Amino acid sequence: MQSPHLRTRAVQPRVWPGRLVITVSSLLTLALPLPLPASAGEATPNTGAVHIENFTFAPATLTVKAGARVTWINRDDEPHTVTSASTPRAFASGALDTDAAFAFTFDKPGTYPYFCAVHPHMTGVIVVK
Amino acid sequence: MKRRAQRDDGAARSEGVSPSMSRRRAMTCLAWAGGGILWTLEGGVPRGMSLGGVAASAAQTASGAVSGNTLSFVQISDSHIGFNKAPNPDPAATLQSAIERIRGAAQRPAFMLHTGDVSHLSRPEEFDIAQQIVNGAGLETYYVPGEHDVIGDDGRAFFARFSSVSSVSSVSRISRIAPDDRSTGWYSFDQQGVHFIALVNVLNLKPGGMGYLGDTQLAWLAADLKGRTHSTPLVVFAHMPLWSVYPAWGWGTDDGDRALALLRPFGSVTVLNGHIHQTLQKVEGNVRLQTAMSTAFPQPAPGDGPGPGPLKVEASQLGRTLGIRRVDFTSLDGAPSLGDATLAS
Repeated sequence: MQSPHLRTRAVQPRVWPGRLVITVSSLLTLALPLPLPASAGEATPNTGAVHIENFTFAPATLTVKAGARVTWINRDDEPHTVTSASTPRAFASGALDTDAAFAFTFDKPGTYPYFCAVHPHMTGVIVVK
Repeated sequence: MKRRAQRDDGAARSEGVSPSMSRRRAMTCLAWAGGGILWTLEGGVPRGMSLGGVAASAAQTASGAVSGNTLSFVQISDSHIGFNKAPNPDPAATLQSAIERIRGAAQRPAFMLHTGDVSHLSRPEEFDIAQQIVNGAGLETYYVPGEHDVIGDDGRAFFARFSSVSSVSSVSRISRIAPDDRSTGWYSFDQQGVHFIALVNVLNLKPGGMGYLGDTQLAWLAADLKGRTHSTPLVVFAHMPLWSVYPAWGWGTDDGDRALALLRPFGSVTVLNGHIHQTLQKVEGNVRLQTAMSTAFPQPAPGDGPGPGPLKVEASQLGRTLGIRRVDFTSLDGAPSLGDATLAS
């Protein structure tokens, strides 16, 4: 059903930035002092990043510590928003054009579902501990 | 190349181009149209006409296809002014091209519908540019917003500029406006016996959902239809498709079935949408649902590729993926003929 040819063409422009990101993060990983202890998997970070690409928030669920600042970056050729699903809205980015970023600091523990107001089938959750 | 143009015209296919139609006649039509053909059905016989040019005008007059009772209008959609990437760095230019085709048509349409995503980012300058170009057609234009037109302000800027009241010169023809709040944007009007209904399905969107009409609007629709004879031809226009074209990409309207249930009793219902930047048709009894091409950029076929972003076509192919639609009410049963024409020339 999917055309490999079309998919290749559509993805092509994003391949290089993607590789760059991977390379940079690989370097950072390598620069870190050695493997983290097993318990590190349970630790919640005090910053977070969500990547928006192919109409998806990644990771869809992000867990951070209270006080953490979470940044979203839009890598699509379409505008998206990061809009709190709660009423009243806890946060709303407005339109994020390509490569635009939005950041929000989560002071209080809780579960914060959000979506893209332009493409509401895109959803994500920030869990603050 | 011209035969290819015919193949690219999805609506021409869907109109049921007769295999018995002579190749010579088809080629003549194509020569007039340069890729854009208006297909009409007369007594079940398909007939191709150019959207512009003296030859088409003469043919129409000779065949009597266009009488004083014909109602013709044009649909444009998804102009996305403000988009600036591949495959179209200049959607203002392609919108301009579409408007010039409409202005140059031998048979002048009565008015125009814009089925949303006028802008890309809801910015005032994007609305300004679009409005100036669209007004160049010299036609009354009826708008509904797309989700790109209501980002961040629930459409206040859009409705302030393009509401049925401010965009229509002869306000008296608008028979009903949402009674409690004009900014909600839905309205209806009558033209030559055809009842037109503008619906808004891009506000109050729910996380995880698609388009949404809402109880208030559906109640208004029921009231608007009540008391109309079921023989009244209806044309409904909204941005997102009322049927679920492809839910994984949000291509549909969550409560669209509730609207369709109200429309089904009528003998001729045509639902015109944009949003997915390609022509797809679904027919349910007397209800024909029809999406339209964009004037800005194409999108992939449902499910083809990782997401519904702009399809990166070659610059030389762009015009074949963009287009406009002409709708003609010529038949006695009230069913219109639809003609989609690409911007390829």
